[in-house]
Amino acid sequence: MSIQETLQDSKLQLAIYTATGRLMDHRANAISPELLPRYQEMRQHAHDLKKHTIENLDHYMEEFEKNVIAHGGKVVFCKDATEVSDFILRLAKERGAHLFVKSKSMTSEEIDLNERMEHHGLEPVETDLGEYIIQLAHQKPYHIVAPALHMTRFQVADLFTEKLGVPREEVIEEQTMIARRVLREKFLAADIGITGANFLVADSGAVVVVENEGNARLTSSAPKIHIAVAGMEKLIPRAQDLAVMLGLLGRSATGQALTSYTSILSGPKRPGEVDGPEEFYVVLLDAGRTKLLEDPEKRESLYCIRCGACLNHCPVYRKIGGHNYPWVYSGPIGKILAPQFKGLMADPWLPFASSLCGVCAEVCPVKIDIPRVLLQLRSEITEEKQRTNQGGLERLAFKAFAWAMRRPWIYEWGGMMGAGLLGNGGRWISELPIAPGPVKAWLSQRHLPAPAVRSFREQWRARRTK
Amino acid sequence: MAKSVSLFVTCLVDQLFPPVGLAMAEVLERIGYSIDFRQAQTCCGQPAFNSGHREPARDVARYFLDTFEDAEFVVVASGSCCSMISHHYADLFGSDSKMMDRVHAMEAKTYEFSRFLLDVAQVDDVGARLNRVATYHDSCHALRELGIKKGPRQLLSKVEGLELREMPVAEECCGFGGTFSVKFAELSGAMANTKIESIKQTGADLVVSIDSSCLMQLEGTMRKQGLPISTMHLAEVLASR
Repeated sequence: MSIQETLQDSKLQLAIYTATGRLMDHRANAISPELLPRYQEMRQHAHDLKKHTIENLDHYMEEFEKNVIAHGGKVVFCKDATEVSDFILRLAKERGAHLFVKSKSMTSEEIDLNERMEHHGLEPVETDLGEYIIQLAHQKPYHIVAPALHMTRFQVADLFTEKLGVPREEVIEEQTMIARRVLREKFLAADIGITGANFLVADSGAVVVVENEGNARLTSSAPKIHIAVAGMEKLIPRAQDLAVMLGLLGRSATGQALTSYTSILSGPKRPGEVDGPEEFYVVLLDAGRTKLLEDPEKRESLYCIRCGACLNHCPVYRKIGGHNYPWVYSGPIGKILAPQFKGLMADPWLPFASSLCGVCAEVCPVKIDIPRVLLQLRSEITEEKQRTNQGGLERLAFKAFAWAMRRPWIYEWGGMMGAGLLGNGGRWISELPIAPGPVKAWLSQRHLPAPAVRSFREQWRARRTK
Repeated sequence: MAKSVSLFVTCLVDQLFPPVGLAMAEVLERIGYSIDFRQAQTCCGQPAFNSGHREPARDVARYFLDTFEDAEFVVVASGSCCSMISHHYADLFGSDSKMMDRVHAMEAKTYEFSRFLLDVAQVDDVGARLNRVATYHDSCHALRELGIKKGPRQLLSKVEGLELREMPVAEECCGFGGTFSVKFAELSGAMANTKIESIKQTGADLVVSIDSSCLMQLEGTMRKQGLPISTMHLAEVLASR
């Protein structure tokens, strides 16, 4: 569905607005000064903490690995998506594994892990309700936190009937029970559980997973093997840092002081323990992250803890929804991540699709200055276009702009010409067979202001000579 | 002798909304300032900067610094242009320490209009009178880059006859965003519509802001829809009597 189609679909518009609006309200309540007087301090603390970790990532990765090994687990460094799927395929082959349960992980979406596994005849099953729905629908997540945010219960009813062969059920609680019945069997039969990670704790070699459905805890404890797939930027130095990070993540995402489940997983089950996997792996994914580390201007993009608050508040996301962004990361954070991971010129329009209103930076719990990164990306894109001889007309226009703006008489003459042309609100221009694009685009949505007969500077001169 | 302030009316006000500049001058004169208007002034360079064209933006910024170098105060008719000068010029000249000295000196004396009234002139009642029901639109750069939120409301609360009603989403973007409004016209229009729905809920017949660009977007959309709601820059409200 294109941007235009999304804008015109009033049901979808309402669904996006209602869902994101609810998350905004919950967050606003949770961080209110009455409930959380130290919120701004916590943000600064979290920002400084991520900055420190990212700038010393090599050190913390080593410390993390050492501690995972000490607990009987293993860390697997993967430079790209292929290395992750190769590792998983090899392990599956060695252990005779076929059925995988998965809890929600944007990192696995980022590397198309399900598609890669299915391609090799393995069966990955998403167990987060929203992820399960979009897996059945063969879609990508619509939102970082709420993957099926765009779907109504009626659409889910149709989907369940079609894919699961169950009688049509429109009550959400009953739909949940249907999914639960199917997924319980999968949990019991699964050979391997794959989770993501919200945080990786260096000083304790622990993987931290937050969730509200209990499916991630089952995924990481029921099957004999647990694999956590995480981007290497998920590291934090110490277990005590979780106090701030968890408090910000839940509140920013859903307005919860803590999510219903917080699992801190360190290693396989010890001798004498009843629960837990027998094997424990942490896949640390690079896939472009070290490249970003080298860039002091934009490396703050790696501070993101995937709370989704910038999506919920973004007036652009709330209009165009999640599927009009070119990658699984949507919204403002996706707008800065995609060009840096997928290539600057893969979708050169993306960083420009923003009014630079700045609400994303205002609500970001780790204070990523997203508008500043967007402006930096815009500049790099225009430079790249110049290098490859594209966008010559726009470049020329801004050159001319700068030339005229340093010559007030030219600027004034240009203004007078413009006022003449735009007389009658410019409407005649839009009726020309070949109307100038920007004017036509403007007039498609709104009228132009009635032009000033005389500019301010003319009127000021007249006033002075009176 | 009256203290002098230099007006930077912005290219938009100069060319499309001259009454805003005249109103600003009138209010400042009313409270005892003499006005210096430099005919050499043009634009702050934001259109080029926001479009990723940093070299032309730098050229215009340098020209702006030349033009206002010896001004005592520069009072700007827009939160967005003011923020370009006081926040983003530093992004343009980051590695050039000589230019950065000039930028910081300019930052220190550049004020958005409402902030100048409250912080420098320390006046919140300029003796204005206007019998209208108004709602205030927070323009994004003023709100989030300059931290201007209460000031304009304080000034409006002192206007005799004016009733101020808060809209539900005063802080949400109007959808203008400079070239964004033509590059993504339909999206920008949809954003304006959401804002206008919120304006309509207040029952106000007037939208006030400190940025003419937002007002151009909102007014143009409301007029296209035939709504009986007009717009005024804060300076125009304060000049009314």
